[in-house]
Amino acid sequence: MTLLAASAAASEPSCYSRLTNEWFCGQYLRDYQQEITDATVQHLGITLAAVILGVLIAFPLALVARRLPRLETAILGTATAIYTIPSLALLPLMVPFTGISATTVVIALALYALTILVRSMLEGLRSVPPGVRESARGMGYGATRLLFRVELPLALPVIMAGLRVATVSTVALTTVGSLVSYGGLGNLIKDGVTSNFRAELMTASILCVLIAVLFDVLIVFSQWLLTPWARGVRS
Amino acid sequence: MGPGGALVTVLTDTWDYLTDPASWTGDDGMLHLLVEQLLLSFTALAVAAAIGLPVALWLGHLGRGNLLAINVSNVGRAVPTFALLAFLVTADWPGTADFGPYGRAGLATIIALTLFALPPIITNANVGIREVSPAVKQAADGMGMSGWQKFTRVELPLAASMVLLGLRLAVVQVWATATIAALVAGPGLGNVITEGFYRTNYGQGIAGAVVVALVALVLEVLAALAQRVLDPAPRASSPKRRRGMSAPAPMVTEPADDPSA
Repeated sequence: MTLLAASAAASEPSCYSRLTNEWFCGQYLRDYQQEITDATVQHLGITLAAVILGVLIAFPLALVARRLPRLETAILGTATAIYTIPSLALLPLMVPFTGISATTVVIALALYALTILVRSMLEGLRSVPPGVRESARGMGYGATRLLFRVELPLALPVIMAGLRVATVSTVALTTVGSLVSYGGLGNLIKDGVTSNFRAELMTASILCVLIAVLFDVLIVFSQWLLTPWARGVRS
Repeated sequence: MGPGGALVTVLTDTWDYLTDPASWTGDDGMLHLLVEQLLLSFTALAVAAAIGLPVALWLGHLGRGNLLAINVSNVGRAVPTFALLAFLVTADWPGTADFGPYGRAGLATIIALTLFALPPIITNANVGIREVSPAVKQAADGMGMSGWQKFTRVELPLAASMVLLGLRLAVVQVWATATIAALVAGPGLGNVITEGFYRTNYGQGIAGAVVVALVALVLEVLAALAQRVLDPAPRASSPKRRRGMSAPAPMVTEPADDPSA
């Protein structure tokens, strides 16, 4: 039975065969399901790790920059310089230190995310009205409690806007990781170009954009959950 | 590659490649590729400015374009450069295999570069014009300026810093995209990087990356200088980039007569 089915499939060229090479192909999705899933999982993993690492580094940097204006110039300047370097060049510059690995891609992408995040965190914390800060102090809030209970919640809309930008661009940039073979869906795109495999290219690209949109929606939704006081008034 | 000895070897290879005159000269040399990439980048930038600026400025003058500005930059961010390049190279259109000296990937690269230069140009120019204080515009109307006069003498000078910022961001974006073009066999310096990596000649790959990164930094510095020189307004207030949901920057362009307002 299976043999018969296989020969039947062979006699009738599938929509991704060399002859037809269609852009959209359901057969491709079924036959290469495992490969597509693996690439998607790798893509999600690299993106998430990079954004989380970026947040973890950006937060203390933003706090330091806020406290010490002289360091702020240095931190923002360095961040801008890193952001200027093309992704395809930043990856190789990491390789001597981290080798051909997923770590290389994660660190490079985290550096890009960092730039956007530090800026938006600083901007967000600055947007807190001084009056609110003073009244919190007057109520006996210490520095830490002031930061976490008053300043951060109020800065959240601006920080989340930065997080959206950082996340969406990280999803797109992950594809460039295919240079060191850790590009998630980028690996499929690269293979699609080199072997002129249209269904593969189309599928990987659509998945990429879908992941970006999905993350964007998730962040907007979590912001909605985290800022119940802002629900009535939309900016 | 582990740490220690391997690291030193790779860095030595990189240095050797950079200091070898043969890697700079000839048709595949880095100088030739550098000029090629610069030409491509500035062609794309000029095309993008010629398309994007009139639209963005005109819509801004009419007080419109908010949706366009936000969507254009959101879409620009979400679509991977690599994927778009891949499409343009693989698709039947634009189907000339012999486009100029760079072949099909060259045409694909120019189109992709132009598309990715558009979002920063459009968004910043449009927001810049729309953010000109309404009071200033009213004053211009009150002085009897025509729409065109108001646009060229009031709005454009006041928005110039934002317009220039957009062009500057586009330069950085275009250079980065032009580098990625090598992933789809396009022209430019990225080829030094991809070739080095695909042939496990990491020294060469890293050397290419060093050159690309340095040129990027030089371009950014030059663009920043150009922005400073060309900006007609004094640099007292640096423009803030406004993103999708960030709170609007406080307007302190006019003294508050009524403290309760």
